[in-house]
Amino acid sequence: MKLRRVKAIAVKEALQIVRDPRSLMIALLVPLMQMFVFGYGVSLDIRYIPLCVLDHEGSQQSRDLLQRFSASSYFAVRTVAAAERDVARAIDDGICELAVVIPSDFSQRLADAGGTTIQALVDGTDSNTAGIAAGYARTVVAVYSSDIQLETLQRRGGTMQTQTPVGVEARVWFNEELESRNFIVPGIVALVMAIVGAQLTSLTIAREWERGTMELLVSTPVQPMELMLGKLLPYFVVGMVDAGICLGLAVFWFDVPFHGTLATLLFTSSLFLTVVLCIGYLVSVAIRSQVGASQVALLLTMLPTTLLSGFAFPIDQMPAAVQGATFLVSARYYVLILKSVFLKGAGVQELAVPILCLTAYAIVIVVLAARAFRKTLD
Amino acid sequence: MAGAIVEATGLSKRFGAVMAVDGLSFAVQPGEIFGLVGPDGAGKTTTMRMLAGVMRSDDGSITVDGIDVRAHPEQAKRHVSYMPQRFGLYEDLTVEENIRFYADLFEVPRRLWEERAAAMLTASNMTPFRKRLAGQLSGGMKQKLGLTCSLVHTPRVLLLDEPTTGVDPLSRREFWQILYSLRGEGVAMVISTAYLDEAERCDRLALLHDGRMVHCDTPAGLKAKMPGAMIEVAAAEPRRVRDAVQKLPGVAGVLLIGIGAHIHVDDAGRRLPEIAAALSAAGIATTEIGEVAPSIEDLFVALLENERNAA
Repeated sequence: MKLRRVKAIAVKEALQIVRDPRSLMIALLVPLMQMFVFGYGVSLDIRYIPLCVLDHEGSQQSRDLLQRFSASSYFAVRTVAAAERDVARAIDDGICELAVVIPSDFSQRLADAGGTTIQALVDGTDSNTAGIAAGYARTVVAVYSSDIQLETLQRRGGTMQTQTPVGVEARVWFNEELESRNFIVPGIVALVMAIVGAQLTSLTIAREWERGTMELLVSTPVQPMELMLGKLLPYFVVGMVDAGICLGLAVFWFDVPFHGTLATLLFTSSLFLTVVLCIGYLVSVAIRSQVGASQVALLLTMLPTTLLSGFAFPIDQMPAAVQGATFLVSARYYVLILKSVFLKGAGVQELAVPILCLTAYAIVIVVLAARAFRKTLD
Repeated sequence: MAGAIVEATGLSKRFGAVMAVDGLSFAVQPGEIFGLVGPDGAGKTTTMRMLAGVMRSDDGSITVDGIDVRAHPEQAKRHVSYMPQRFGLYEDLTVEENIRFYADLFEVPRRLWEERAAAMLTASNMTPFRKRLAGQLSGGMKQKLGLTCSLVHTPRVLLLDEPTTGVDPLSRREFWQILYSLRGEGVAMVISTAYLDEAERCDRLALLHDGRMVHCDTPAGLKAKMPGAMIEVAAAEPRRVRDAVQKLPGVAGVLLIGIGAHIHVDDAGRRLPEIAAALSAAGIATTEIGEVAPSIEDLFVALLENERNAA
């Protein structure tokens, strides 16, 4: 391998990138846009569930209970129904996901029997949200119940212990605010870099075929490895700028707490970037049209990264076969690295396993890409 | 052949059911311009690509400067320069950047290529355009740039696939002047062309048809091979001339040219009066009629006719 030829290809490629400002702008703006779209779009927190209330009684106590629902940030009262019919319509039309119905003898039975029930209707279409909504409703009612209990006891002058015998005192580590954004945004950085990185290089060989420059290029003594290195180098620079944009947004715009070191972050990011650039290059070698190569690169990076990297959907909840498939997704390792670096402040030693996996991945892809390129027109 | 720098033996290439090149054999000497002539689809480009080592032959052998191109294409590529039919340089790079790129790929020492490129740019009047993007050059200048790039590493063999297609006549003349000076330096050249007047400038010619070599000789030698003679008729309506004479005895074929028609006959002395009589009988006015030396185009048509009749 001759360094002079690698440099010649890199310089040529860099000149072409610089002389095509439109493509360069796209390469830099797309990650910015994707960070915002995914950063705001993907959130697993459920807040302000649209709520429908039907109060058959209208007493001081029933209003007090409903007040607790509307005061909570988990619910937002959308419909105040006058009859059962309105409740059904609110749920059917999708205006509300949860309805709370208070019976007409609510306070009566509370006073007489010391206990009563209220009805909660949940729209189960989105089972995940429905379960969480019902859980929140139970919590609101439970707090209300224990308050009543306490009140009753105090009124009776009782000295009964009001504390629960065994309680869980949960302390959250690493993501103290339990914000799903804090662990999703680092994953989104991986997603955006996978998509953009593969796109950058997916066109580079196909373009030579389409413009007719490949025939002359393969008639020179240039070696496949030299061609690949020369072509990857300038895109590595562009990709690292993209990585800087994404990581910068994660820390300074989305306020994801950053506990790691910049060195670990840069090292692991450049490793992952190498993998995705090589995937794009491999696609470009295999498919000789720019449109086709770009589509395949998108398909190969976006789908597996979204579904199988564990950036939003936990890998340990997947069926065993699917879990096995995730090991083939390079972003899986980078997502793990990013979450650990950001939230746990992990260093290179703690991340040795994913870093080694990513390195092995990079080596395999580099070898495949270099070997896939044949210097013939057949 | 002794002293040959390019030697092809039994070269064949098949695309599906079609034999694109079928058992081609020839040798090119240093300082020789060897022309490949033939209609579209005759196998000129495929032959060029196999010589350049960018396409593998199915059968046969090629050696360049003693190196087996099939076995060691990368080694052979150091001595060969190939100019594809389609402009292969980077249109978004300047003239200078393109030259530098190819000099680097061939590892030409900096001082050497800079000197050589400067001289070639001067010779082809390209010096003022050094900083211009290749995409903004005219067709003729693009080809001269392509030639400069392919010569920057002083190849011993130059392969030119229809280098002057779409190039204006003046640039074509300049282009050929460069080729002649290369011949003086001992560079062997294989050139394919669709322009038959250009074919006459070659030292030797191979006539290709359907992937096979029909004839291979010097232009003069080929002309000597042509049976019969050529009669040129200058007339305002060449088509009517053709219709009037092509069924006459002794007429092998009629080729329309700009000013009239070329009639290929078995014996000029005997057929000339017959043709003149037939034309006047048909009421066709001719401004001139007489025997001429055949052009390469006449030759090519006549030789292909012979071939077809023999088959």
